[in-house]
Amino acid sequence: MRAADLDAVIAIDTRVTGIEKRAYWQGVYKRYGASRSEGRQFLVADAGGVVAGFVIGEVRDWEFGSPPCGWVFAIDVDPDARQAGVGTRLLAAICAGFRAAGVTKVRTMLSRDNRLILSFFRSQGMMAAPFIPLEMDA
Amino acid sequence: MKLQKNTRLALYSVLEFAADPARHIAASSIAERYDVSPHHLAKVLSELARAGVVESVRGVGGGYRFAANARRLTLLDVIQLFEDFDGRDERREGGDDTPVGRALATVLEEVDEMARATFATITLATMLRIVERHRK
Ligand SMILES: CC(C)(COP(=O)(O)OP(=O)(O)OC[C@H]1O[C@@H](n2cnc3c(N)ncnc32)[C@H](O)[C@@H]1OP(=O)(O)O)[C@@H](O)C(=O)NCCC(=O)NCCS
Repeated sequence: MRAADLDAVIAIDTRVTGIEKRAYWQGVYKRYGASRSEGRQFLVADAGGVVAGFVIGEVRDWEFGSPPCGWVFAIDVDPDARQAGVGTRLLAAICAGFRAAGVTKVRTMLSRDNRLILSFFRSQGMMAAPFIPLEMDA
Repeated sequence: MKLQKNTRLALYSVLEFAADPARHIAASSIAERYDVSPHHLAKVLSELARAGVVESVRGVGGGYRFAANARRLTLLDVIQLFEDFDGRDERREGGDDTPVGRALATVLEEVDEMARATFATITLATMLRIVERHRK
């Protein structure tokens, strides 16, 4: 991920979600792209000079008593580049980064209704984690 | 969580076929492997054939072969052929309209939603990888 890739990342996200969030992405880039440290990763898939997708994650320590693990909190592949293995390679790359940072578990949290991305992570070998996400009105 | 007997049989069969899509497999060999009655299995297989998941092979040996897309067909797709898993249970029971009945329905719905999201996102191809992990 280079600063020059940010526009392409924003374009993919805008296309997928329908909302442009430039300030948000600049913040994400500052936190995850510019600083390589602390197990943070912001990777893009480079398809011959064109950004075909991205993945973002970080190592999280002792959240809710669980030992450090890799946390993937966004993955997106350009709709025109899907079903060609890009998502698989992005996840493999971020996992390699996590292993290099010394963690062996990778987790993520997804909307139960997003069957596309759930199917993707399942295809990569993910199973339900021993946690239950909860919410309430604050 | 428990699946009905026919549903389990259907999943066993479909995974046997999907593991080796080119091969046709005799019903008897599946019946033997999973220790089920051939008569019972025959009904399940004809239902799977009717749905286009497998196709029957005529001639010497006979049997069925896989006819679907293992990378897209999900466990829920197969389960749904044999039991009603999607949608709410419309049967009315005594006490449904009490506060406790409604509270219980909310909690049961939470469990069902989780089960549906799980079955709907595990394709046969993904399941075959899980099967591989259990071979050791
Ligand atoms: C999920 C996503 C990352 C997958 O990327 P991809 O590059 O298409 O994935 P791959 O080509 O590596 O596919 C790997 C596996 O995922 C599953 N998969 C991918 N697309 C699928 C689809 N349309 N339907 C069902 N399964 C699918 C398959 O099991 C596939 O394996 P196969 O090729 O053997 O069938 C991509 O579809 C995407 O970005 N979707 C939107 C993500 C999103 O909603 N992001 C916002 C929340 S973070």
